[in-house]
This record gives sequence, C-alpha cells and structure tokens, in this order.
Amino acid sequence: MQNTAGQNNTNIRALIEEKKKTKSIGRTMEKMVPGILLAIAGVSIFTTIGILLTLITETFLFFKEVSIVDFFTGTDLKPLGDNAVFGVLPLLTGTLISTVIAMLVAIPIGLMTAIYLSEYASEKARRILKPILEILAGIPTIVYGFFAFTFVTPLLRSFIPGLEPTNILSPGIVMGIMIIPMVASLSEDAMSSVPNAMREGALALGSTKLEVTFKVVLPAAISGIIASFVLGISRAIGETMIVTIASGSSKNFTFDVTQSMQTMTAYIVEVSGGEAAAGTTLYHSLYAVAFTLFVFTLVMNMIAQYISRRFREEY
Amino acid sequence: MKYIDTNLVQKKMGSRLLRNKLAKLFFMLATLFGLLVLVILIYRVIRDGAAWIDFDFINNKLSTDPERAGIMGAILGTLWLMLVVAPVTMILGIGTAIYLEEYAKKGKLQALIQTNISNLAGVPSVVFGLLGLTVFVRGMDLGNIVLAGGLTMALLVLPVVVVAAQEAIRAVPGFLREASYGMGATKWQTIKNVVLPASLPGILTGTILALSRAIGETAPLVVIGIPALLIPLPDGIFDKFTILPVQIYYWTLDSALVAEYTNLAAATIVILLVVLFLMNSVAIFIRNKFQQRL
Repeated sequence: MQNTAGQNNTNIRALIEEKKKTKSIGRTMEKMVPGILLAIAGVSIFTTIGILLTLITETFLFFKEVSIVDFFTGTDLKPLGDNAVFGVLPLLTGTLISTVIAMLVAIPIGLMTAIYLSEYASEKARRILKPILEILAGIPTIVYGFFAFTFVTPLLRSFIPGLEPTNILSPGIVMGIMIIPMVASLSEDAMSSVPNAMREGALALGSTKLEVTFKVVLPAAISGIIASFVLGISRAIGETMIVTIASGSSKNFTFDVTQSMQTMTAYIVEVSGGEAAAGTTLYHSLYAVAFTLFVFTLVMNMIAQYISRRFREEY
Repeated sequence: MKYIDTNLVQKKMGSRLLRNKLAKLFFMLATLFGLLVLVILIYRVIRDGAAWIDFDFINNKLSTDPERAGIMGAILGTLWLMLVVAPVTMILGIGTAIYLEEYAKKGKLQALIQTNISNLAGVPSVVFGLLGLTVFVRGMDLGNIVLAGGLTMALLVLPVVVVAAQEAIRAVPGFLREASYGMGATKWQTIKNVVLPASLPGILTGTILALSRAIGETAPLVVIGIPALLIPLPDGIFDKFTILPVQIYYWTLDSALVAEYTNLAAATIVILLVVLFLMNSVAIFIRNKFQQRL
C-alpha cells in the first residue's frame, strides 16, 4: 500500500514537473508572440522607409549633377548621349494628358454606372452586372495595353487620319476604361449607404427617380464620390504598362494627343529596362522621376482620405 | 387660392417623366459599355490567339521563330515566382493583421501601421520595382532572379492580404473567443486554435486575390530587369526567369517587326486569363462554401 502510494506520488510529481515545463514553454511563447508579430507588422513600415530612402538618396545624387530648377522647368528631355538634358516637363505633360483623357472616360461612365446600379437596376440586374465589373477590374493592365495597341489605336486611326501608330489618346481612353469599375464601385458604395428614408421622403413629395438621384442621393454621397474620382486619378498617374506599350517613347514636349508621348511611369520602365549603369546621371534620373511620381500619387491618396473623412455625412 | 397649381404640375409632369426615362436609358447604356468592352476584348484575344494554343506552344521554350516559340519558361517562372510570393506575403500579411487586430493597443503605433498600409496600397507598382531593383537586385546583390522578383511582388501585394485578413479576423464572433478563454486558454492559444481556423476562409480568399494580382503584374518585374533574351528554363528560386505578362509585353512591343508576335501575345493572354479565371473561381468557391458556417 505504502509503496504504491509512494509510486503514485512520484508519478504525479513527475507529471506536475512535466506540466510545469510545457507550461513555461507556453508562457515564453505567450510572451514572445506579440514581439514577433510586431516585428512582422514592422515590415510594412520598413517598406515605406525603404522606398523613401532609396528615392531620396538617389534623387539627391541626381540633383547634385542636374540643377533642380532645370529639371522641373526643362522642356527638353534627351537622357541618352553625351549632351544629355534632363527636363521633366515632357513627362509631366504626358502623365497629365493621359490622366485627363482617362478621367474624361472614367468619371462620366463610372458615375452613370454607379447611379444605374444603385438607383435604377433591379436586384437581379445588379447581381449579374456587378461581377462583370469585377472581372473588368481584375484584368491585368498588360492585357489592356495589348488591347489599346492592337485594337483601339487601329480603330481610332480609321477615323482620325493624323493619329500616329503610337499616341497618347488610345492608351488614355483604355486607361479610363480600366478605371471605370473602380470609380463605379466606390461611388456605388457611397450612394448605397445613403439611407432609404431620404429617398422615400423625396419620392413621397412627388419627385421622379432622376430628381431623387440628383437632388438627394448625389449631394448626400458626394464625399465618397469625389474620393473615388481622386483615387481614380491617382491610379491613372501610376498606371504603367498601357502607356508604355501604346504611347511609345517620344519625349517631345507637346499637347497634341495624336502624338506619341511618354509618361513618368513609362520613362522608368524604358530606362531601367535598358542599360542604365548604376551611378550614372541617367540611372539617378530614374529615381528623381520616380520620386516626383511617388509624391503625386501620395498627395492624391491623402486628398482622397481627407475628403472621405472630413466631409463624410453620418446618418 | 390653391397651394398647388394642378395645371402647372400636369403640364410639367410629362417632360419630367420623359427626362427620367431618358436618363435611365443613358445610365443603362453606360453600364453596358463596360460589358461591351469586356466582350470585344475577350473576342479579340481569342480570335488572335486561340488557334496558336497547342501542346507545343505550352511545352516549347522561347524562340525567335514564331512557329516554334512556346511559353514553358514563362509558365515555370510564374510558378516559381508564386512559390516565393505566397508564403512570404501570407506570413507577413497574416502576422500584421493578427498584430493589428488582437495585440496592438489603440494608439499612435497602430494608427501609423494602419495608415502606412493604406498608403502603400496606393504606391504605383513601378516604384515597388525600383525598390526591388535597389534593395534586392543591387543592394543584396541577388541579381534579377526569382527570389528578388518574388520579394518585390510580395511587398507589392502585402496590403491586399493584410486588409483581407483583418476583415476576416474581425468577423470572428466574440462568443467563440470568450468560450475559448472560459476553457482556460491563453490569448495565443485562442488565436491559434479558435480565431485563425475560423477566419481561414476569408484569409485564403484574400491571399488568392492577392496572388492573382501578382500574376498579372508586369511593371515591377520589367523594372528589376527581366531580359527579353532567351534564357534556360528556371530550376529554382535562384535562377533567372521570365513570367507570362512580361512575355506578353515583349511580344506586343515587337509585333510591329514580326506580325505573328501579335498572335503569340494573344495566345499567352488567353492562357493568363484562364489561369486568373480559375484562381478567382477558387476564391469565390471558398468564400461561398465557408461563409454561412459562422
């Protein structure tokens, strides 16, 4: 009896010891996990720091070789050869014009699509149409680039005779088509969150659906709608492959949409894909252009965030 | 005196209703425009490319001769790239999401990480390409190999995974957590055994969508310097490589020189779209299958 009880005791003691051991492993685990997770979460911060650091240091080196005034006011961009000139204005106009064309397509069509889906379409139509828009949003930009180059440009050339084989008009339009789903779905979200009571109030006063849309729903949802436009603009500024393929690499300073123009993004692709040896002015110019691009899109995104936070109507 | 001039209302009613009807028609046409473009786009690539897809096209290596050119290298390159992107972006994305949702105290650090992620989502992909070129390709001296491209791409799609995982974790009902704590489980045990399994479908859906974005991205990899030249088939993550979208890019660029390159590009697009369609179907399937369970 005594003996077995003693054995039991040691068994239990061993069990307790073992339990303590696993528990202490569990405890250290418990203490380490937040630290590990914080380190992982820190990677996104380091990514931003990495982006800023690389862009700023190399841009700084660039402005040691090229004056900052010449860069931002120069209308000549001849990055290759002995007498290289770096003026960013041709790239800025290219980006500006392609963005304007894209938004001329994306804003009206995107907004009308949003109005149709949110105010007019039956539940059934919406269930079919929204996934189709999502498909449109999921198509890779390289495919849109192919589409612009092999279909839209030849189509436009058949009734705009002066259109060059590579031009800014066609990629601008296709970029707009690419952005339609984004504008449409963000605007629709904003409009759908307007409470039905407001619509019903206006309808009860005898308004038509059109009047409800323009006098009640749109004003109430305006912050979300504007934010969707701004995000669309930011997307257009940063879009790369469509313009790289369909707009060529001419660095002329022009406002003629039938001509080939280069955007900031397309310049980065062209130069980095070429033989820009590290340390040359050409290589540094990549980062100066990318930094300009980064600032543009960052400002746009911040404006969008500010608008949707500042002017949001709470119901 | 009457408050409402019935005659005036009657007179205006017709034009108001007509305007409403016309507007509805315009809105519908605008919506159908997107559909129309999608149909034309898919019709064009199938018309140009479908006839070129056969076993040889899938199985052959790159070649300057359009008749013999194939996309095996690009397919293998895409697969190897995903093998880097998927684990890296999942570990980083899920870890960040758990930290933000379960551990971070509401405060400056949490707000900083959150704002930072939404800002990263808006950074153009070429800029990520430059980051990859500077840090991975040149800084770490990896060269333009799969690993460098994969790490670049993983950072690019990270925000998508983080946001999806955060939403999935937030959707886990509180009573599940409470039940777990009630049984004596610790915080990490609760997260590991209750929260993560319950949010897995949402996380997987987000990850697949992020990967399908990565598969279609071209610009960052062109920037880190994927050559247009013929290279041997990649055997691992330390080899040089090419991927489907980059192949489409070079063939489209050169289609002015060799007309058949248009067909090769279109055929590759068909393959790429089929892959994306399958991935999205899987994501939607997972979402629908597991959505009702909680």
